[in-house]
Amino acid sequence: MPSLGADMEHGRIIEWLVKPGDTVHRGDILATVDTDKALMDVESFSDGVVTEVVVEAGTDVPVGTLLARIEEAPVPGPGEPPIPVPPPEPVPPPEPITPPEPVPPPIPVPPPEPIVPPTPPPPPLTGPPRPVHPHAAPPVRHLAHRLGVDLTTVTGSGKGGAITRADVERTAAAPAALPPPAARVRSSPRARRLAAELGLELAGLTGTGPDGAVTEADVRRAAPAELAATTAAAPMASPVIAPAQDRTAGLRRAIGALMARSKREIPHYYLSTTIDLHTALDWMQATNSGRPVAERLVPSALLLKATALAARDVPAMNGFFENGEFAPSGAVHLGVAVALRKGGLVAPALHDADTLTLDQLMAGLRDLVARARGGRLQRAEMTDSTITVTNLGDLGVESVFGVVFPPQVALVGFGRVMERPWAEHGLLGVRPTVTATLSADHRVSDGLRGGRFLDRITELLQRPEEL
Amino acid sequence: MNEQDAWETVRSAIGQVAPDVDPEDLVEGARLRQDLELDSLDFLRVLETIAAKAGVDIPEGAYAEVGTVGGLVGYVATHG
Repeated sequence: MPSLGADMEHGRIIEWLVKPGDTVHRGDILATVDTDKALMDVESFSDGVVTEVVVEAGTDVPVGTLLARIEEAPVPGPGEPPIPVPPPEPVPPPEPITPPEPVPPPIPVPPPEPIVPPTPPPPPLTGPPRPVHPHAAPPVRHLAHRLGVDLTTVTGSGKGGAITRADVERTAAAPAALPPPAARVRSSPRARRLAAELGLELAGLTGTGPDGAVTEADVRRAAPAELAATTAAAPMASPVIAPAQDRTAGLRRAIGALMARSKREIPHYYLSTTIDLHTALDWMQATNSGRPVAERLVPSALLLKATALAARDVPAMNGFFENGEFAPSGAVHLGVAVALRKGGLVAPALHDADTLTLDQLMAGLRDLVARARGGRLQRAEMTDSTITVTNLGDLGVESVFGVVFPPQVALVGFGRVMERPWAEHGLLGVRPTVTATLSADHRVSDGLRGGRFLDRITELLQRPEEL
Repeated sequence: MNEQDAWETVRSAIGQVAPDVDPEDLVEGARLRQDLELDSLDFLRVLETIAAKAGVDIPEGAYAEVGTVGGLVGYVATHG
């Protein structure tokens, strides 16, 4: 049990995030510890394989107690020097962060996880003081970072208050009405930080964790709203959000924080093109004519599929810009902005959208939208999007120029499918059309590449049978 | 189907797909997209629900006709 603060004498393992046999890396979070003051993460000091968990979840032990054993891969000694870790709250939250003091009663301990029999004892895990981190696994942190949720402001709903993806998503999605900012909110550090990164106020979130603690899931739930609002533009977000004033305010701040971050970091450029959809829609109507309602396609499905294929063909639009460089993604996980009826927006991913048939994509879209609105999205859906599409067509606007959602590098917007006069081959006709826009990151691509991408979408939509 | 039943069918279908829509907003002239803020997927689910409940299959060619609550009720009443 590392000392997680000068005055810490003991700590209780709330949850193990690893089990014997797991491979861990330096910096991975191994367990969550409740120190009376706050929930904190214990991270691995080395690479290796967990061979034994000595102290079961739920157990309170003094500082210095051996918690688990890790067989190290490269063989550094047990007494390894502490790994310097950045301060717990790198991003100064917009609001003063609630000090990590206990608020309501202690968090109930989840049932101890089954512990696997011990194996050969390598170097003990006990170590140097660890910095305080909200409890969330690296992927969750990553998600929080991407959603702009400050984990220190999120309370975990996972075991023992661990911040889960759901917490972060919930926070991001729906800063719900809670006590005013002044009120102390029980939350995990990770949740707090996640919320702070997002610019969300913990007090504005509904905690679903123990004792109403705000979890990362709570935070996370609030994040997608922000995301989508970001991608979809404010006018769409505001009407659907928030009965409560403070909730709206919290969400606006969250949106503001993320949009500001995107606009600060990403040198956007914007392109627009209007696409003749008559071939695509004729084909779709013919396809739909023999089908029951449940199996019919909507134009969005065609637009999404064309975008996914184009993203595969133009890799500079599809991937993440992180740590100063762009990493194109081999897979196309298409983030789809979905307006939530009760407020906010989310942009969950349609995984491998480029490989789905139109019918599969349509089914996936319906499923995703239904679950997004029902609040039952899966973790990966909230984190994996490699490019996002926002389709404001249903709301009647002609075009939407979105804000790229970091660390993605492109956002495609579709407006309303509408009839326009259309000149072609010297003839004038009336065609159903849609205006497609691209907001993209100049650090990764330029107008030529972006233009190629939109052009590719146009081409693909002229051959709907191949979508 | 008489008008009353058609109203009930439409009301309950929309209520099921979009529970947040205020029943008072379900007036004859209310447009499903602009006024009730149903998107294309919601619209499809409304049609699906109506097909399941009332056995009325609304073809894509009739979409323009059923863009309002009144239009939808009229279609269901006529074809149900």
